[in-house]
Amino acid sequence: MTGAQILIECLKREGVEVIFGYPGGQVLPIFDKLCDAGFNFILTRHEQGAAHAADGFSRATGKVGVCIATSGPGATNLVTGIANAYMDSIPMVAITGQVKTFLIGNDAFQEADVTGITRPITKHNFLVKDVRELARIVREAFFIASSGRPGPVLIDIPSDVQLADTEFIWPEEVTIRGYNPTLFGHPGQIKKAAKLISQAKKPILYAGGGVITSGAHHELRELAERIKAPVTMTMMGLGAFDGTHELSLGMLGMHGTAYANHAIMNADLIIAVGARFDDRVTGRLDAFARGAKVIHIDIDPASISKNVNVDIPIVGDAKNVLGQLLEEIKNKPDASDWLKTVEEWRSRHPLRYKEDGKIRPQFVIEQLYEVTKGNAIITTEVGQNQMWACQWYKYLHPRSFISSGGLGTMGFGFPAAMGAKLGCPESLVFDIAGDGSIQMNIQELATCVCNKIKVKVLILNNGYLGMVRQWQELFYKKRYSFTTLYNPDFVKLAESYGAAGMRVTKKEEVRPAIEKAIAIDNTVFVDFHIEPEENVYPMVPAGEAIDKMISGLA
Amino acid sequence: MRHTISVLVENKFGVLARIAGLFSARGYNIASLSVSETLDPGVSYMTIVVEAEDEKTLEQINKQLNKLIDVITVTDFTKKEHVDRELVLAKVNYSFKDKAKLENILGKYIGKVIQHKGDTAIIEAVGDQKQIKDLLSELVKFGVKELVRTGRLAMTY
Repeated sequence: MTGAQILIECLKREGVEVIFGYPGGQVLPIFDKLCDAGFNFILTRHEQGAAHAADGFSRATGKVGVCIATSGPGATNLVTGIANAYMDSIPMVAITGQVKTFLIGNDAFQEADVTGITRPITKHNFLVKDVRELARIVREAFFIASSGRPGPVLIDIPSDVQLADTEFIWPEEVTIRGYNPTLFGHPGQIKKAAKLISQAKKPILYAGGGVITSGAHHELRELAERIKAPVTMTMMGLGAFDGTHELSLGMLGMHGTAYANHAIMNADLIIAVGARFDDRVTGRLDAFARGAKVIHIDIDPASISKNVNVDIPIVGDAKNVLGQLLEEIKNKPDASDWLKTVEEWRSRHPLRYKEDGKIRPQFVIEQLYEVTKGNAIITTEVGQNQMWACQWYKYLHPRSFISSGGLGTMGFGFPAAMGAKLGCPESLVFDIAGDGSIQMNIQELATCVCNKIKVKVLILNNGYLGMVRQWQELFYKKRYSFTTLYNPDFVKLAESYGAAGMRVTKKEEVRPAIEKAIAIDNTVFVDFHIEPEENVYPMVPAGEAIDKMISGLA
Repeated sequence: MRHTISVLVENKFGVLARIAGLFSARGYNIASLSVSETLDPGVSYMTIVVEAEDEKTLEQINKQLNKLIDVITVTDFTKKEHVDRELVLAKVNYSFKDKAKLENILGKYIGKVIQHKGDTAIIEAVGDQKQIKDLLSELVKFGVKELVRTGRLAMTY
C-alpha cells in the first residue's frame, strides 16, 4: 500500500467519519485516495475553517476531530485552530502535507517547518520520514489526542512518503513508555478529601471543562446534591451542571454572576473539578478565596498548584475520582446556613439588564433560550456576544455550549457550529455572533450552503468591536480607537451565498425571527440591530479581586 | 537558586527542541545542558541545570517536562544524595616561570596539562560545582585565553 492508502485505512480503523480540509500541492496523493474513500469530506473555504470545524465537531460529539491541509500556507492557516484546540484540551488530529523529504530544509516552494511552528501548541506532533512508521504514528496520534488531558496532535507527511510503498501493518496496541496518564485518584488523597468535605461549613463545587471531557456530569450532580454544595462553572464548564438546577450559580469570574463570585470568595472549601484557576476566573490571585481550603481534581498534574495553592491535589480522571469520592463520603457537611447566604446573594445581585423598547442583546439570548427550551447547541464567537451567551442562556446538558475559552479566538463560532451540526445532525445549532467576529470566517457560508449544513447564525450587530469598545469606554476615556465597524449588508450577503437572511430592528420582531430562522430549511443569518453601546455586566476590572465587580444597573 | 534535573528522553529528532522550547516559552533560564546517548541507543540522557526562583517554579518545570510525550523519566537532584561533575578545558598562559605554580594548582583539582605549544597550554580539569568555581578563580591569574565547559553531569546513588 502507498502512504496515502495507509493513512486512509488508519483513519477508517480509528472510526473517523467526517474530515474537514482543503487540498493543495503536497497532499495530492492523499486527496486522490480520499476522493472515493467513503468519508464525509467537507471542503471548507479556508483551512482555519477546517480546523475550527474539526474542533467544534469534537466538542459536540466527544470524538476526535480530523482536519487536513497542504504544506506551507495550508498548514500555517491551521495554526490558530490548532492553538485554539490546545488551549481548551480538545482532541484533534491535524494532518498536513510536507515537501518531499529530500527538499525539507531547502526553503522549497510552500515549505514551512510545521512541526517546529506547532510544537508549543500541540500535545504532540510527528514528522513522518519513513512510510513504514506511518501506521504506528497515526495510531499513536489518535491515542495521544484522545487520552489523558486531550489535545491536538499534528502529523506532517511529506508527499514522497505519501507515495512510497510498504506493507500495511496495523498496530493493535499502543504503548508509549513516556506517556501513562493517571486515571484513578490516590486512595489516600480521596480519604483526606472526603474528610475535608465532611467538615466543611461553606463548600462550593467549581467545575470546568474537564467534567465535560470526562463525562463526569452525573457524578458531579450526585456529589452536589449529596453534600448540598452550590456549583459554579467556568466558561468551559457550562453545561457540566444543569443551569436551571437550584444549586447552580452559573459562571464565575470576570463576567460571572455576582452570586457565584461572592460564593467562591467566601467559601471555606473549594472542590475544583477539571478546572485550572485561570486568570479570568481568579482575578487578583492574592485576594482570591483566602479563607478556603482547596481540593483540586485534575487529570493534568501540571494544572494543579500552578496558580492557586492546593491543599489536597488529586490527579485522575474526573469521572473516576468523583466516583471514588462518592463512595468515601459518609458524613455530609451541614451547610444549610451557607446555602441561605448564597441564596441571599442570588436574590440581591441577580443578572439583569435594562428592559425598555430597545433590542438588548440579553433579551435576544433569553428569547433564544425560551424558544429552544435549552435544547440546542450554542456556539459563540468571542467578545460581548460570548459573555452574553454565557450569562443569558441556560445550558442543561454537557456539550451544548461550544466556545473558544483559553485562546479567545474571534471567528471560531461559525465554523465550530458547522462541525457541531455535522456531528449532531438532529440538533438545532446556533452561532451567537458579533458583527466583528462573524466576518473573520464568513467565507464558510459557502461550505454550509454547499453541504446543506443548516446552522443558524444570530448576529448581535452593534456596529462595534463591542468588548474592546467597552474597555475603551470604561478604562480609556471613551476613546474609541478603531473599534467602529463598517459592515456589509448581512442579509444580502447571506442571500448571495444561497443562504437565508433576515434583519431585525424592532424588539417585538426578535422572537418571531428566531422561530422563523428555525423553520427555514437552510443556513440562516439573522442580523439583530442591537443597542450599540450595551455593556456586559457584571464586570471585574482586570487585576481586581473578583468580588469587586462593576454592575451596570447599580 | 540553581537546580539540577536529569531527563531520560526518547532519542528522536526534535526532542531537544521540545525541551528547550518548554523552558523558553515559560521564561525559565537554562544554566547548562548536556545531552548524550545511553547504553540503549533509543534513549538519551539530559542533565539540565536551571535557575528556579522558588519551589513552585521548580515543580512546574518538573511537571511540564513529565507532560512531554518523549520524556520517559524526570529526576530532580535537589533533595537527593548525588554526585555531580563537570569537565573544563582551558587555554592558559604557560610561561616557564609559572609552570610549577600552575601544575601545583591543577594537582589540587584533578587537572592536568594535556597539550602545550610555546607559551600556551590546554588544560583539563574535572570537579564538582565548587571545585570548578575555585579552580577558575585561580586560573584567571594565569590569563585564560579560551574556556569551554561541558555543563554539569549528575548521578544519584
